[in-house]
Order: sequence, then structure tokens, then C-alpha cells
Amino acid sequence: MIIPYLGVLIIVGLVGFMGVMSFFASFIMRPRNPYAEKLTPWECGMEPVGEANAGHFRVHYFIIAILFIVFDVETLFLFPWATLLTDKGLSGFIFIEMIVFVAILAIGFIYAWVKGALEWV
Amino acid sequence: MPDTATILTVIAIVVKVVIATMVIFSLPLPLTWIERKVAGHIQVRLGPWRVGPHGLLQPVADTIKLLFKEDIVPAKADKFLFWLAPLMAMVPAFAVFAAIPIGDTVMVPIINQEIALYIADMNVGILYILAIGGLGIYGIILGGWASNSKYALLGGLRSSAQMISYEIAISFAAIGVVMMSNSLSLVEIVRSQNHGIFSWNFFYLPVGPVWFAIFFIGSLAEINRIPFDLPEDEGTLSSGYITEYSGMKFSFFMLAEYVAMVSVSILAVIMFFGGWNSPFPFTIGLPSILADLLALIWFFGKVCFFIYLFMWLRFTLPRYRYDHLMVIGWKILIPLSLVTLLVTGFMRIIG
Repeated sequence: MIIPYLGVLIIVGLVGFMGVMSFFASFIMRPRNPYAEKLTPWECGMEPVGEANAGHFRVHYFIIAILFIVFDVETLFLFPWATLLTDKGLSGFIFIEMIVFVAILAIGFIYAWVKGALEWV
Repeated sequence: MPDTATILTVIAIVVKVVIATMVIFSLPLPLTWIERKVAGHIQVRLGPWRVGPHGLLQPVADTIKLLFKEDIVPAKADKFLFWLAPLMAMVPAFAVFAAIPIGDTVMVPIINQEIALYIADMNVGILYILAIGGLGIYGIILGGWASNSKYALLGGLRSSAQMISYEIAISFAAIGVVMMSNSLSLVEIVRSQNHGIFSWNFFYLPVGPVWFAIFFIGSLAEINRIPFDLPEDEGTLSSGYITEYSGMKFSFFMLAEYVAMVSVSILAVIMFFGGWNSPFPFTIGLPSILADLLALIWFFGKVCFFIYLFMWLRFTLPRYRYDHLMVIGWKILIPLSLVTLLVTGFMRIIG
């Protein structure tokens, strides 16, 4: 049934609308007095050097993101299994599947750990 | 042509969504006041006091100030993304509430209609909440990147790495709850805990408390509260991703944070503490309207306790170091949840 998800659409639209309206109300009420120093990024009063968003950040964030995708997809696969857990006709199959799946997860996790992907120095 | 029942359902959904949105939108007003009062009393001072009796009008004064405050957009910022990021942070925090129930169906006496105290009983409720809650990261990382400021960029990166790390732990805790309650629908999860305090998922010994600990630590990190508020670590990052924000845009990030705190408290109550069920295993023969009222009181009492707990922790604990945070997330919570997953599975299949 699609009707339960109608609420999501309305809530997103309503909150987006209220947010834009708040921006607009603030836009017509607030003072506007910019000058060059005010519009520089805040760096404790020093002159900013270089571009901040040129992409110079640690590769470690990237590794964490990859690990996250792997684990998040794997947890997603566990949801249907968890709902069927106490189905009596399937219990033997579920029992073996549980061991195998968690073992695969654990092997991947141990590999990442041994390779040092989880170290944050 | 849709029939009358469908039209009534749609009207009910629209009315409930509008009421829920208005209530949640104004919820940070009392919450900021309460938080500062709690902070004050924990630190043996008064907290807000000057504006109105007991400082009660302080949040209103803050709102007016934020509304009239100059909006500074850094010259080198990506203007559109800088504007979009607060909305991207705020909309998912609200959208989560489309699936959150605050009670079962109740009989309203005057109009003699059954009213469901939830917007929609989604059959994939938990999954929906995890998915939409995860979208909040976009607002933070976009805000950090679009500011074109080094502090903001580092804060945004740190914050997103922290949130995605702990999201795995939260997903595992949600799987644990699904295993204990055999359903993904939040209403069904609460119904499965309606035989008194020992049928609550928290008291599914020995794994219930462990799942709750994983969920609670994970959600503390997920909503960026102390002891895991590294994104706003003023000692090293000034204010993290909100360094360059001011006025209404800044207040939207704060709004998202408070709304997330409320939704996490509600989720903790629904998933582990029986939702609107009372802790007593027996029912006394109350008229149905009083019983419904009592259920609401139980529910909001538990939620208020959790909100207070978050505030209490904020002014009690120091902040973790970033590498410790990552160690807790990856090397403690994830192995622990894998082991607990196996134990819960054994208990459910055998028991």
C-alpha cells in the first residue's frame, strides 16, 4: 500500500517550505553590511592561505567510507533474516546460515583490522 | 474515483503531519531552555534568569536575535550549497517522524472515531528510520565543504566519518531488536513488549542490556552529543562545520540537532523500554479513555527521562579524543555486536 508513504512526501514538502519561509523572513528583516574582511573564512584572525576545499584531506576518511559501505550493506542483508528468525520450518537452515554469514562478516572485519585500516594515528 | 475511506485516511494523514511538524518545529524552544537550566543547576548556578520569570522567555529572545542577525556568506563559499546544507540537515531530522508512533489506536469519545497515534504504521519502520536518519550526514558534509573554510571542512569530514562509523553499530542494534520482536514495524515492536517490565527488550537477558548499550553509545555519537561531540570540538576546530554559519542557517543546524535528540530518545523508548506500555504486567479495569491517557503519560515520561539523560551526560562527561572515538566505534562496538548477534540468534532459535 502506498498511502503510508504519503506522510513522508507531505512532511518533506512542509518542512522544506517552512525552512525557505524562515530564510525569507530573515532575509527581509536582517541588516546587510558586508565588507571584504568580514567575508573571509574564519582562521583565528590570520589571512587564509590557499583553498580549503581543494580536496586535500586524509585518505583515511575515504577508507572509513569504503568500510562503511561494506558493513552497511551487510547489515541490510541481516534484516530479512532477523524477521524470519523464529520461523519453525526454517530453523535448521537459519541456524547454519547465521553461522556462515556472521563468519563471512567476521573474516572481512578481521582482514580490515589486520591490514591496519582501523588504526587512526 | 477513490472511495470515502481512502479520502478520510488521506485527510487524517495530512492533519497529523501538519500537527506533528508544528509541534516538532517549536520543540527546540522549551528544550534549549531546559538544557541551559539543567546545565546551570548541575554547575551550581542559576542558568537563564533575566528574560521573563526563571528565564522562560530566553528561547524567544534567542529566536528573535537569530532572525535579525546578519547572514554572512564567505566570499569564496559555494553559495547555493551553503544555502542548501541547513535544509539538507533539517529535513531528514523531521522526516524521521513520519514513521514514529507515539501510541496505539485510541477511541476518541466525542467524535466516536478510532484515531491512530502515528502518521503511518510502515511495515519497514526501522529500516526507513535508519535510511532517512543517515541522510542527515549530507547536510553536515555539504555545510563543511561549501563554507570553503579549513575548520569547517575538517569538522564536516570528522563529523561524517564519526556518523557513518556509529551508524553500523546502530544498524546492528536495530537488527537485535528486530530479532527479539520479530518485526520491522515500530508499532508491532511495542506490541510485542506489552506483558510488563520483564517483556521489555531491555530485560531480554543477557543480551537486551548489551543491545541497549550499543544503541545508546551509537546514538550519542550519531547525534553529536558530548562525550562524542568531536565535530564541534571548540578546542581544536572552533565550531566544526558550523564555523561560517550565522543567523537562520545556524539555527537550522541547531534545530536539526535537537530534533534528532528527541527522535533518538523516542526510538530508545520504543525499541527497548516498551513504548507506551506500563511496567506492570496486569491491567486494572480503567475506562478506555483513561487507559489511553495513561499510556501516553507512560510514553512521554520515558521519553522525557531519556532527553534528560542526554542533557545530564552532556554536562557530566569530558570529550573523547578522536582516535579513541574511532577505536570505540570500530574495535569495540562492532565486534561486540557481532558476538551479541550470534548469542541472540542462538537464544531465539533454541528458546
